[in-house]
Amino acid sequence: MSKVDTSKARPQPSVVEEVDRLVVVPRRNYGIWIGTAFTLVLSYFILRAFAVNPAFGWETAAGYLFHPSIMSGLMTTLVLTVVIMFLAIIIGTIVAVMRVSPSPVLRSFAGAYVWFFRGVPALIQLIFWFNLALLVREFSLTLPFVGEIFSIRTNDFMTPFFSAVVALSLCEAGYMAEIIRAGIKSVPTGQSEAASALGMPYRNILKRIVLPQAMRFVVPPTGNEAINLLKLTSLVTFIAVDDLFYSAQSIYARTFETIPLLIVVAVWYLAVVSIMSVGQHFLERHFGRSETRSQSLTTRFLRNAFGTRAKGAAT
Amino acid sequence: MIVIENVEKRFGETTVLKRINLTIEPGEVVTILGSSGSGKSTLIRCINGLEALSGGRITVDGNDVSTKAGLATARRRSATVFQLFNLYPHMTALENITLAPINVLKKPRAEAEARARELLKLVGLADLATAYPQRLSGGQRQRVGICRALAMDPRYLLLDEVTSALDPEMTGEVLDILAELARGGTTMLFVTHEVEFARRISSRIVFLEQGELIVDMPTERFFAEDGGFAVPRIRQFLTKMKKD
Repeated sequence: MSKVDTSKARPQPSVVEEVDRLVVVPRRNYGIWIGTAFTLVLSYFILRAFAVNPAFGWETAAGYLFHPSIMSGLMTTLVLTVVIMFLAIIIGTIVAVMRVSPSPVLRSFAGAYVWFFRGVPALIQLIFWFNLALLVREFSLTLPFVGEIFSIRTNDFMTPFFSAVVALSLCEAGYMAEIIRAGIKSVPTGQSEAASALGMPYRNILKRIVLPQAMRFVVPPTGNEAINLLKLTSLVTFIAVDDLFYSAQSIYARTFETIPLLIVVAVWYLAVVSIMSVGQHFLERHFGRSETRSQSLTTRFLRNAFGTRAKGAAT
Repeated sequence: MIVIENVEKRFGETTVLKRINLTIEPGEVVTILGSSGSGKSTLIRCINGLEALSGGRITVDGNDVSTKAGLATARRRSATVFQLFNLYPHMTALENITLAPINVLKKPRAEAEARARELLKLVGLADLATAYPQRLSGGQRQRVGICRALAMDPRYLLLDEVTSALDPEMTGEVLDILAELARGGTTMLFVTHEVEFARRISSRIVFLEQGELIVDMPTERFFAEDGGFAVPRIRQFLTKMKKD
Protein backbone atom coordinates (compact mmCIF):
# COMPACT_ATOMS: atom_id res chain seq x y z
CA MET A 1 0.00 0.00 0.00
CA SER A 2 1.53 3.32 -1.01
CA LYS A 3 1.75 6.37 1.18
CA VAL A 4 -0.20 8.54 -1.24
CA ASP A 5 -3.26 6.27 -1.13
CA THR A 6 -3.57 6.36 2.66
CA SER A 7 -3.41 10.12 2.83
CA LYS A 8 -6.25 10.35 0.32
CA ALA A 9 -8.45 7.83 2.14
CA ARG A 10 -8.40 9.45 5.60
CA PRO A 11 -7.98 12.93 7.00
CA GLN A 12 -4.54 14.18 7.95
CA PRO A 13 -3.36 12.68 11.30
CA SER A 14 -2.89 16.19 12.61
CA VAL A 15 -6.57 17.02 11.97
CA VAL A 16 -7.72 13.89 13.78
CA GLU A 17 -5.64 14.79 16.81
CA GLU A 18 -6.99 18.31 16.70
CA VAL A 19 -10.59 17.04 16.76
CA ASP A 20 -9.82 14.60 19.58
CA ARG A 21 -8.55 17.39 21.74
CA LEU A 22 -11.78 19.39 21.43
CA VAL A 23 -14.20 19.17 24.36
CA VAL A 24 -17.85 18.62 23.58
CA VAL A 25 -20.16 20.93 25.54
CA PRO A 26 -23.96 21.11 25.35
CA ARG A 27 -25.37 24.13 23.55
CA ARG A 28 -26.06 26.91 26.01
CA ASN A 29 -29.61 28.08 26.18
CA TYR A 30 -29.69 31.29 28.17
CA GLY A 31 -33.44 31.72 27.75
CA ILE A 32 -34.13 28.55 29.72
CA TRP A 33 -31.70 29.60 32.47
CA ILE A 34 -33.29 32.99 32.88
CA GLY A 35 -36.76 31.48 32.78
CA THR A 36 -35.88 28.88 35.41
CA ALA A 37 -34.37 31.45 37.73
CA PHE A 38 -37.37 33.73 37.34
CA THR A 39 -39.81 30.88 38.02
CA LEU A 40 -37.93 29.82 41.15
CA VAL A 41 -37.98 33.34 42.54
CA LEU A 42 -41.66 33.72 41.72
CA SER A 43 -42.51 30.39 43.36
CA TYR A 44 -40.65 31.48 46.47
CA PHE A 45 -42.66 34.67 46.75
CA ILE A 46 -45.95 32.90 46.16
CA LEU A 47 -45.24 30.19 48.72
CA ARG A 48 -44.04 32.74 51.23
CA ALA A 49 -47.19 34.81 50.76
CA PHE A 50 -49.30 31.70 51.35
CA ALA A 51 -47.29 30.73 54.40
CA VAL A 52 -46.81 33.96 56.27
CA ASN A 53 -49.98 35.91 55.52
CA PRO A 54 -52.35 35.08 58.40
CA ALA A 55 -55.37 36.33 56.42
CA PHE A 56 -55.38 33.09 54.45
CA GLY A 57 -56.49 31.36 57.60
CA TRP A 58 -55.34 27.88 56.67
CA GLU A 59 -56.42 26.42 59.98
CA THR A 60 -59.88 27.94 59.68
CA ALA A 61 -60.10 26.52 56.16
CA ALA A 62 -59.06 23.08 57.36
CA GLY A 63 -61.72 23.26 60.01
CA TYR A 64 -64.44 23.95 57.44
CA LEU A 65 -63.22 21.36 54.89
CA PHE A 66 -65.65 18.67 56.07
CA HIS A 67 -68.28 21.01 57.54
CA PRO A 68 -71.76 19.43 57.09
CA SER A 69 -73.15 22.28 55.00
CA ILE A 70 -70.04 22.26 52.78
CA MET A 71 -70.54 18.51 52.33
CA SER A 72 -74.18 18.90 51.38
CA GLY A 73 -73.21 21.75 49.04
CA LEU A 74 -70.62 19.53 47.40
CA MET A 75 -73.27 16.85 47.02
CA THR A 76 -75.63 19.32 45.32
CA THR A 77 -72.85 20.38 42.96
CA LEU A 78 -72.10 16.76 42.03
CA VAL A 79 -75.77 15.89 41.56
CA LEU A 80 -76.26 18.99 39.41
CA THR A 81 -73.26 18.09 37.27
CA VAL A 82 -74.34 14.50 36.74
CA VAL A 83 -78.00 15.31 36.04
CA ILE A 84 -77.19 18.22 33.72
CA MET A 85 -74.52 16.28 31.83
CA PHE A 86 -76.87 13.34 31.41
CA LEU A 87 -79.68 15.52 30.05
CA ALA A 88 -77.23 17.51 27.90
CA ILE A 89 -75.95 14.34 26.26
CA ILE A 90 -79.49 13.19 25.46
CA ILE A 91 -80.67 16.57 24.18
CA GLY A 92 -77.35 17.13 22.43
CA THR A 93 -77.61 13.79 20.63
CA ILE A 94 -81.12 14.60 19.45
CA VAL A 95 -80.05 18.05 18.23
CA ALA A 96 -76.96 16.60 16.53
CA VAL A 97 -79.03 13.97 14.73
CA MET A 98 -81.43 16.71 13.62
CA ARG A 99 -78.48 18.71 12.42
CA VAL A 100 -77.35 16.00 10.02
CA SER A 101 -80.89 15.04 9.00
CA PRO A 102 -81.95 15.19 5.35
CA SER A 103 -84.84 17.51 6.27
CA PRO A 104 -83.93 21.20 5.93
CA VAL A 105 -86.52 22.15 8.58
CA LEU A 106 -84.94 19.91 11.22
CA ARG A 107 -81.48 21.03 10.16
CA SER A 108 -82.23 24.72 10.51
CA PHE A 109 -84.10 24.24 13.80
CA ALA A 110 -81.07 22.45 15.23
CA GLY A 111 -78.79 25.13 13.81
CA ALA A 112 -80.83 27.84 15.50
CA TYR A 113 -80.77 25.90 18.76
CA VAL A 114 -76.99 25.69 18.81
CA TRP A 115 -76.65 29.31 17.75
CA PHE A 116 -78.90 30.55 20.54
CA PHE A 117 -77.85 28.37 23.47
CA ARG A 118 -74.15 28.68 22.78
CA GLY A 119 -74.44 32.36 22.05
CA VAL A 120 -76.22 33.62 25.17
CA PRO A 121 -74.08 33.56 28.35
CA ALA A 122 -75.01 30.72 30.71
CA LEU A 123 -75.59 33.10 33.62
CA ILE A 124 -78.18 35.06 31.67
CA GLN A 125 -79.97 31.86 30.61
CA LEU A 126 -79.96 30.74 34.22
CA ILE A 127 -81.57 33.92 35.52
CA PHE A 128 -84.01 33.90 32.63
CA TRP A 129 -85.36 30.42 33.48
CA PHE A 130 -85.48 31.32 37.15
CA ASN A 131 -87.69 34.27 36.26
CA LEU A 132 -89.88 32.36 33.83
CA ALA A 133 -92.90 33.25 35.94
CA LEU A 134 -92.58 36.86 34.77
CA LEU A 135 -93.18 35.64 31.25
CA VAL A 136 -95.62 32.80 31.78
CA ARG A 137 -97.82 32.86 34.88
CA GLU A 138 -99.03 29.29 34.71
CA PHE A 139 -99.02 26.23 32.51
CA SER A 140 -102.33 24.57 31.85
CA LEU A 141 -103.64 21.96 29.50
CA THR A 142 -107.16 22.67 28.25
CA LEU A 143 -108.95 20.39 25.82
CA PRO A 144 -112.01 21.50 23.88
CA PHE A 145 -115.27 20.07 25.34
CA VAL A 146 -113.33 18.44 28.20
CA GLY A 147 -112.15 21.55 29.92
CA GLU A 148 -109.01 22.05 31.90
CA ILE A 149 -106.99 18.87 32.47
CA PHE A 150 -104.39 20.37 34.75
CA SER A 151 -102.90 23.69 35.60
CA ILE A 152 -99.78 24.58 37.51
CA ARG A 153 -98.37 27.92 38.52
CA THR A 154 -94.91 28.54 37.12
CA ASN A 155 -93.54 29.55 40.50
CA ASP A 156 -94.62 26.23 41.99
CA PHE A 157 -92.34 24.12 39.84
CA MET A 158 -89.62 26.58 38.79
CA THR A 159 -87.70 26.06 41.98
CA PRO A 160 -84.09 27.26 41.95
CA PHE A 161 -82.81 23.69 41.53
CA PHE A 162 -85.22 22.93 38.70
CA SER A 163 -84.42 26.21 36.90
CA ALA A 164 -80.73 25.42 37.22
CA VAL A 165 -81.19 21.98 35.71
CA VAL A 166 -83.32 23.29 32.85
CA ALA A 167 -81.11 26.27 32.05
CA LEU A 168 -77.74 24.56 32.22
CA SER A 169 -78.92 21.36 30.46
CA LEU A 170 -80.24 23.36 27.51
CA CYS A 171 -77.07 25.43 27.43
CA GLU A 172 -74.70 22.50 27.75
CA ALA A 173 -76.71 20.56 25.14
CA GLY A 174 -75.74 23.24 22.60
CA TYR A 175 -72.08 22.37 23.13
CA MET A 176 -72.69 18.62 23.24
CA ALA A 177 -74.67 18.83 19.98
CA GLU A 178 -71.65 20.26 18.20
CA ILE A 179 -69.33 17.62 19.64
CA ILE A 180 -71.65 14.79 18.64
CA ARG A 181 -72.26 16.26 15.22
CA ALA A 182 -68.51 16.37 14.61
CA GLY A 183 -68.35 12.73 15.71
CA ILE A 184 -71.12 11.73 13.31
CA LYS A 185 -69.43 13.60 10.47
CA SER A 186 -66.19 11.77 11.11
CA VAL A 187 -67.72 8.38 10.29
CA PRO A 188 -67.01 7.65 6.60
CA THR A 189 -70.11 7.86 4.37
CA GLY A 190 -69.35 4.38 3.02
CA GLN A 191 -70.48 3.01 6.36
CA SER A 192 -74.04 4.25 6.18
CA GLU A 193 -74.13 3.57 2.42
CA ALA A 194 -73.24 -0.07 2.95
CA ALA A 195 -76.02 -0.45 5.50
CA SER A 196 -78.65 1.47 3.56
CA ALA A 197 -77.89 -0.48 0.36
CA LEU A 198 -78.83 -3.59 2.33
CA GLY A 199 -82.15 -2.00 3.21
CA MET A 200 -81.47 -0.92 6.79
CA PRO A 201 -83.73 1.94 7.84
CA TYR A 202 -82.13 5.31 8.64
CA ARG A 203 -82.90 5.02 12.35
CA ASN A 204 -81.17 1.68 12.71
CA ILE A 205 -78.20 2.85 10.69
CA LEU A 206 -77.76 5.73 13.11
CA LYS A 207 -78.17 3.50 16.14
CA ARG A 208 -76.09 0.52 15.05
CA ILE A 209 -73.54 1.93 12.61
CA VAL A 210 -73.01 5.68 12.88
CA LEU A 211 -73.41 6.59 16.56
CA PRO A 212 -71.28 3.72 17.92
CA GLN A 213 -68.46 4.71 15.59
CA ALA A 214 -68.91 8.39 16.41
CA MET A 215 -68.36 7.52 20.11
CA ARG A 216 -64.64 7.26 19.57
CA PHE A 217 -64.49 10.92 18.57
CA VAL A 218 -67.09 12.08 21.06
CA VAL A 219 -65.78 10.66 24.32
CA PRO A 220 -62.59 12.73 24.82
CA PRO A 221 -64.18 16.18 24.32
CA THR A 222 -67.17 15.10 26.40
CA GLY A 223 -64.81 14.54 29.32
CA ASN A 224 -63.61 18.11 28.91
CA GLU A 225 -67.17 19.35 28.82
CA ALA A 226 -68.01 17.49 32.03
CA ILE A 227 -65.06 19.11 33.78
CA ASN A 228 -66.09 22.55 32.51
CA LEU A 229 -69.66 21.91 33.54
CA LEU A 230 -68.66 21.04 37.09
CA LYS A 231 -67.16 24.50 37.42
CA LEU A 232 -69.95 26.15 35.46
CA THR A 233 -72.50 24.93 38.02
CA SER A 234 -71.05 27.42 40.51
CA LEU A 235 -73.18 29.99 38.65
CA VAL A 236 -76.31 28.56 40.29
CA THR A 237 -75.26 30.45 43.40
CA PHE A 238 -76.85 33.46 41.72
CA ILE A 239 -80.30 31.90 41.91
CA ALA A 240 -79.78 30.56 45.45
CA VAL A 241 -79.32 26.88 44.74
CA ASP A 242 -77.36 25.61 47.75
CA ASP A 243 -74.39 24.22 45.86
CA LEU A 244 -70.81 24.13 47.11
CA PHE A 245 -70.12 27.80 46.47
CA TYR A 246 -73.46 28.97 47.87
CA SER A 247 -72.98 26.97 51.07
CA ALA A 248 -69.58 28.55 51.56
CA GLN A 249 -71.04 31.98 50.86
CA SER A 250 -73.78 31.55 53.41
CA ILE A 251 -71.18 30.64 56.03
CA TYR A 252 -68.85 33.55 55.35
CA ALA A 253 -71.78 35.95 55.14
CA ARG A 254 -72.22 35.22 58.84
CA THR A 255 -68.64 34.76 60.02
CA PHE A 256 -66.72 36.99 57.58
CA GLU A 257 -64.16 34.22 57.06
CA THR A 258 -64.31 34.92 53.35
CA ILE A 259 -60.85 33.79 52.24
CA PRO A 260 -60.69 30.53 54.22
CA LEU A 261 -64.07 29.47 52.82
CA LEU A 262 -63.10 30.35 49.28
CA ILE A 263 -60.06 28.14 49.83
CA VAL A 264 -62.33 25.32 50.97
CA VAL A 265 -64.41 25.71 47.81
CA ALA A 266 -61.31 25.82 45.58
CA VAL A 267 -59.87 22.72 47.24
CA TRP A 268 -63.04 20.73 46.62
CA TYR A 269 -63.34 21.84 43.00
CA LEU A 270 -59.67 20.97 42.43
CA ALA A 271 -60.15 17.57 44.07
CA VAL A 272 -63.16 16.66 41.94
CA VAL A 273 -61.56 18.00 38.74
CA SER A 274 -58.43 15.94 39.45
CA ILE A 275 -60.45 12.77 39.86
CA MET A 276 -62.38 13.53 36.70
CA SER A 277 -59.16 14.20 34.78
CA VAL A 278 -57.79 10.81 35.73
CA GLY A 279 -61.00 9.18 34.55
CA GLN A 280 -60.88 11.17 31.35
CA HIS A 281 -57.30 10.13 30.73
CA PHE A 282 -58.30 6.48 30.80
CA LEU A 283 -61.35 7.00 28.64
CA GLU A 284 -59.26 8.85 26.08
CA ARG A 285 -56.69 6.12 26.06
CA HIS A 286 -59.33 3.64 25.13
CA PHE A 287 -61.45 5.61 22.74
CA GLY A 288 -58.93 7.91 21.11
CA ARG A 289 -56.58 5.36 19.61
CA SER A 290 -56.14 4.65 15.95
CA GLU A 291 -58.20 2.03 14.23
CA THR A 292 -55.30 -0.06 13.08
CA ARG A 293 -54.28 -1.41 16.47
CA SER A 294 -55.74 -4.60 17.72
CA GLN A 295 -58.18 -4.62 20.60
CA SER A 296 -56.95 -5.10 24.12
CA LEU A 297 -58.70 -6.86 26.94
CA THR A 298 -59.48 -3.60 28.67
CA THR A 299 -61.06 -2.14 25.56
CA ARG A 300 -63.22 -5.16 25.23
CA PHE A 301 -64.14 -4.85 28.88
CA LEU A 302 -65.16 -1.21 28.39
CA ARG A 303 -67.07 -2.17 25.29
CA ASN A 304 -69.00 -4.79 27.17
CA ALA A 305 -69.40 -2.69 30.28
CA PHE A 306 -70.86 0.31 28.51
CA GLY A 307 -72.53 -1.59 25.72
CA THR A 308 -70.97 0.79 23.24
CA ARG A 309 -69.22 -0.79 20.36
CA ALA A 310 -66.80 2.03 19.91
CA LYS A 311 -63.44 0.88 18.84
CA GLY A 312 -59.95 2.05 19.26
CA ALA A 313 -57.45 0.12 21.17
CA ALA A 314 -54.64 0.01 23.53
CA THR A 315 -52.07 -2.63 23.02
CA MET B 1 -85.47 -8.39 -13.70
CA ILE B 2 -83.67 -5.05 -13.44
CA VAL B 3 -84.87 -2.57 -16.03
CA ILE B 4 -82.97 0.66 -16.62
CA GLU B 5 -84.80 3.07 -18.92
CA ASN B 6 -83.43 6.34 -20.27
CA VAL B 7 -81.52 6.94 -17.08
CA GLU B 8 -79.77 10.26 -16.69
CA LYS B 9 -77.57 11.43 -13.86
CA ARG B 10 -76.10 14.88 -13.47
CA PHE B 11 -73.86 16.25 -10.74
CA GLY B 12 -74.30 19.99 -11.10
CA GLU B 13 -73.15 20.85 -14.61
CA THR B 14 -71.56 17.47 -15.32
CA THR B 15 -73.64 14.78 -16.94
CA VAL B 16 -72.40 11.42 -15.69
CA LEU B 17 -74.99 9.14 -17.28
CA LYS B 18 -76.74 9.85 -20.58
CA ARG B 19 -79.96 8.05 -21.46
CA ILE B 20 -78.84 4.60 -20.35
CA ASN B 21 -81.02 1.64 -21.30
CA LEU B 22 -80.20 -1.80 -19.95
CA THR B 23 -82.13 -4.88 -18.88
CA ILE B 24 -80.75 -7.62 -16.65
CA GLU B 25 -82.67 -10.90 -16.68
CA PRO B 26 -82.53 -13.34 -13.78
CA GLY B 27 -79.58 -15.72 -14.13
CA GLU B 28 -77.49 -13.35 -16.21
CA VAL B 29 -74.01 -12.17 -15.34
CA VAL B 30 -73.62 -8.75 -16.90
CA THR B 31 -70.29 -6.97 -16.81
CA ILE B 32 -69.96 -3.23 -17.20
CA LEU B 33 -66.64 -2.21 -18.68
CA GLY B 34 -65.34 1.27 -19.31
CA SER B 35 -62.50 3.54 -18.33
CA SER B 36 -62.42 5.41 -15.03
CA GLY B 37 -65.00 8.16 -14.88
CA SER B 38 -67.22 6.60 -17.49
CA GLY B 39 -70.11 6.35 -14.99
CA LYS B 40 -69.96 2.63 -14.21
CA SER B 41 -70.04 2.98 -10.44
CA THR B 42 -72.65 5.73 -10.62
CA LEU B 43 -74.93 3.36 -12.52
CA ILE B 44 -74.67 0.80 -9.72
CA ARG B 45 -75.27 3.51 -7.13
CA CYS B 46 -78.41 4.54 -9.00
CA ILE B 47 -79.76 0.99 -8.92
CA ASN B 48 -79.39 0.62 -5.15
CA GLY B 49 -80.64 4.14 -4.55
CA LEU B 50 -77.43 5.66 -3.19
CA GLU B 51 -77.76 8.30 -5.92
CA ALA B 52 -81.05 9.86 -6.97
CA LEU B 53 -81.78 9.81 -10.69
CA SER B 54 -81.87 13.06 -12.63
CA GLY B 55 -84.10 11.46 -15.25
CA GLY B 56 -85.48 8.13 -16.46
CA ARG B 57 -86.55 5.14 -14.45
CA ILE B 58 -85.02 2.07 -12.80
CA THR B 59 -87.16 -0.83 -11.65
CA VAL B 60 -86.12 -3.96 -9.82
CA ASP B 61 -88.75 -6.66 -10.36
CA GLY B 62 -91.17 -3.86 -11.16
CA ASN B 63 -90.34 -1.79 -8.07
CA ASP B 64 -89.44 1.77 -8.97
CA VAL B 65 -86.34 2.77 -7.00
CA SER B 66 -87.30 6.44 -7.01
CA THR B 67 -90.27 5.72 -4.75
CA LYS B 68 -89.74 5.04 -1.08
CA ALA B 69 -91.59 1.73 -0.99
CA GLY B 70 -90.11 0.65 -4.31
CA LEU B 71 -86.58 1.35 -3.13
CA ALA B 72 -87.14 -0.59 0.07
CA THR B 73 -88.22 -3.65 -1.91
CA ALA B 74 -85.46 -3.16 -4.48
CA ARG B 75 -82.85 -3.03 -1.74
CA ARG B 76 -84.22 -6.21 -0.26
CA ARG B 77 -83.86 -8.02 -3.56
CA SER B 78 -80.42 -6.73 -4.41
CA ALA B 79 -77.22 -6.52 -2.40
CA THR B 80 -74.10 -4.52 -3.06
CA VAL B 81 -70.42 -5.29 -2.58
CA PHE B 82 -68.23 -2.20 -2.47
CA GLN B 83 -64.80 -1.34 -3.78
CA LEU B 84 -63.53 -0.30 -0.34
CA PHE B 85 -65.41 -3.13 1.44
CA ASN B 86 -67.13 -0.73 3.88
CA LEU B 87 -67.18 -3.36 6.60
CA TYR B 88 -68.35 -2.07 9.97
CA PRO B 89 -65.11 -1.76 11.93
CA HIS B 90 -66.78 -2.02 15.33
CA MET B 91 -68.30 -5.42 14.63
CA THR B 92 -66.82 -8.87 14.11
CA ALA B 93 -67.00 -10.56 10.72
CA LEU B 94 -69.99 -12.54 11.94
CA GLU B 95 -71.79 -9.44 13.25
CA ASN B 96 -71.11 -7.64 9.99
CA ILE B 97 -72.87 -10.42 8.15
CA THR B 98 -75.80 -10.96 10.51
CA LEU B 99 -76.70 -7.31 11.15
CA ALA B 100 -78.94 -6.75 8.14
CA PRO B 101 -80.60 -10.20 8.14
CA ILE B 102 -81.60 -9.73 11.79
CA ASN B 103 -82.51 -6.08 11.36
CA VAL B 104 -84.18 -6.02 7.98
CA LEU B 105 -85.31 -9.58 7.29
CA LYS B 106 -86.18 -10.07 10.99
CA LYS B 107 -84.43 -13.43 11.04
CA PRO B 108 -83.89 -14.99 14.47
CA ARG B 109 -80.31 -14.45 15.61
CA ALA B 110 -79.47 -18.16 15.73
CA GLU B 111 -80.68 -18.71 12.21
CA ALA B 112 -78.82 -15.65 10.88
CA GLU B 113 -75.63 -16.76 12.59
CA ALA B 114 -75.89 -20.30 11.26
CA ARG B 115 -76.30 -18.93 7.75
CA ALA B 116 -73.39 -16.52 8.25
CA ARG B 117 -71.11 -19.32 9.37
CA GLU B 118 -72.17 -21.34 6.36
CA LEU B 119 -71.26 -18.44 4.07
CA LEU B 120 -67.94 -17.83 5.80
CA LYS B 121 -67.12 -21.48 5.31
CA LEU B 122 -68.00 -21.16 1.65
CA VAL B 123 -65.45 -18.37 1.20
CA GLY B 124 -62.84 -20.14 3.32
CA LEU B 125 -63.02 -17.90 6.39
CA ALA B 126 -64.72 -20.25 8.84
CA ASP B 127 -62.00 -19.62 11.45
CA LEU B 128 -62.29 -15.84 11.33
CA ALA B 129 -65.94 -15.42 12.32
CA THR B 130 -65.07 -13.53 15.49
CA ALA B 131 -62.25 -11.44 14.02
CA TYR B 132 -62.65 -7.68 13.65
CA PRO B 133 -62.13 -6.27 10.14
CA GLN B 134 -58.88 -4.57 11.11
CA ARG B 135 -57.33 -7.99 11.66
CA LEU B 136 -58.25 -9.22 8.19
CA SER B 137 -56.30 -8.79 4.97
CA GLY B 138 -57.89 -6.89 2.09
CA GLY B 139 -58.89 -10.08 0.32
CA GLN B 140 -60.40 -11.50 3.49
CA ARG B 141 -62.30 -8.27 4.11
CA GLN B 142 -63.79 -8.34 0.66
CA ARG B 143 -64.78 -11.99 1.10
CA VAL B 144 -66.61 -10.97 4.27
CA GLY B 145 -68.17 -8.16 2.22
CA ILE B 146 -69.45 -10.74 -0.25
CA CYS B 147 -70.84 -12.87 2.59
CA ARG B 148 -72.59 -9.81 4.02
CA ALA B 149 -74.30 -9.27 0.68
CA LEU B 150 -75.17 -12.94 0.19
CA ALA B 151 -76.63 -13.22 3.70
CA MET B 152 -79.55 -11.13 2.47
CA ASP B 153 -80.38 -13.89 -0.06
CA PRO B 154 -80.42 -11.32 -2.84
CA ARG B 155 -81.79 -12.06 -6.28
CA TYR B 156 -79.31 -9.62 -7.70
CA LEU B 157 -75.74 -9.07 -6.65
CA LEU B 158 -74.29 -5.66 -7.51
CA LEU B 159 -70.50 -5.63 -7.53
CA ASP B 160 -68.81 -2.24 -7.65
CA GLU B 161 -65.14 -2.70 -8.63
CA VAL B 162 -64.77 -5.21 -5.85
CA THR B 163 -61.15 -6.09 -6.65
CA SER B 164 -59.78 -2.62 -7.46
CA ALA B 165 -58.34 -2.10 -3.99
CA LEU B 166 -56.67 -5.52 -3.85
CA ASP B 167 -53.30 -6.84 -4.95
CA PRO B 168 -53.24 -9.58 -7.63
CA GLU B 169 -53.09 -12.45 -5.17
CA MET B 170 -56.05 -11.20 -3.13
CA THR B 171 -57.88 -10.38 -6.34
CA GLY B 172 -57.55 -14.06 -7.22
CA GLU B 173 -59.15 -15.12 -3.90
CA VAL B 174 -62.13 -12.89 -4.49
CA LEU B 175 -62.61 -13.68 -8.18
CA ASP B 176 -62.60 -17.43 -7.48
CA ILE B 177 -65.59 -16.94 -5.21
CA LEU B 178 -67.41 -14.80 -7.74
CA ALA B 179 -66.79 -17.40 -10.45
CA GLU B 180 -68.26 -19.99 -8.12
CA LEU B 181 -71.34 -17.84 -7.57
CA ALA B 182 -71.72 -17.25 -11.30
CA ARG B 183 -71.67 -20.99 -11.94
CA GLY B 184 -74.28 -21.38 -9.21
CA GLY B 185 -76.64 -19.14 -11.16
CA THR B 186 -76.52 -15.92 -9.08
CA THR B 187 -77.61 -12.91 -11.10
CA MET B 188 -74.81 -10.39 -11.09
CA LEU B 189 -74.14 -6.91 -12.32
CA PHE B 190 -70.43 -6.57 -12.27
CA VAL B 191 -68.42 -3.37 -12.63
CA THR B 192 -64.79 -4.24 -13.12
CA HIS B 193 -61.44 -3.66 -14.78
CA GLU B 194 -60.67 -7.38 -14.88
CA VAL B 195 -61.32 -7.91 -18.58
CA GLU B 196 -60.10 -11.50 -18.74
CA PHE B 197 -62.20 -12.48 -15.76
CA ALA B 198 -65.25 -10.74 -17.20
CA ARG B 199 -64.74 -12.75 -20.38
CA ARG B 200 -64.72 -15.97 -18.38
CA ILE B 201 -67.81 -15.47 -16.26
CA SER B 202 -70.17 -13.00 -17.89
CA SER B 203 -72.95 -13.79 -20.27
CA ARG B 204 -73.09 -10.21 -21.51
CA ILE B 205 -70.82 -7.21 -21.59
CA VAL B 206 -71.83 -3.58 -21.81
CA PHE B 207 -69.38 -0.80 -22.43
CA LEU B 208 -69.77 2.71 -21.02
CA GLU B 209 -67.96 5.63 -22.57
CA GLN B 210 -68.31 9.08 -20.97
CA GLY B 211 -71.72 8.25 -19.56
CA GLU B 212 -73.07 6.66 -22.71
CA LEU B 213 -73.73 2.99 -23.18
CA ILE B 214 -72.07 2.38 -26.52
CA VAL B 215 -72.11 -1.42 -26.72
CA ASP B 216 -74.27 -4.17 -25.22
CA MET B 217 -73.29 -7.60 -26.54
CA PRO B 218 -73.12 -11.25 -25.52
CA THR B 219 -69.61 -11.92 -24.23
CA GLU B 220 -68.49 -13.93 -27.26
CA ARG B 221 -69.60 -11.27 -29.68
CA PHE B 222 -67.91 -8.58 -27.59
CA PHE B 223 -64.51 -10.23 -27.94
CA ALA B 224 -65.02 -11.25 -31.58
CA GLU B 225 -63.04 -9.50 -34.34
CA ASP B 226 -66.24 -8.49 -36.10
CA GLY B 227 -68.14 -7.73 -32.86
CA GLY B 228 -66.86 -5.51 -30.04
CA PHE B 229 -63.38 -5.41 -31.53
CA ALA B 230 -64.81 -3.77 -34.61
CA VAL B 231 -65.67 -0.68 -32.52
CA PRO B 232 -62.48 1.43 -32.49
CA ARG B 233 -62.93 2.70 -28.92
CA ILE B 234 -63.36 -0.81 -27.56
CA ARG B 235 -60.45 -2.20 -29.54
CA GLN B 236 -58.33 0.60 -28.08
CA PHE B 237 -59.59 -0.11 -24.52
CA LEU B 238 -59.05 -3.85 -24.75
CA THR B 239 -55.55 -3.61 -26.23
CA LYS B 240 -54.57 -1.10 -23.57
CA MET B 241 -55.96 -3.35 -20.80
CA LYS B 242 -54.03 -6.30 -22.15
CA LYS B 243 -50.79 -4.32 -22.12
CA ASP B 244 -51.32 -3.29 -18.50
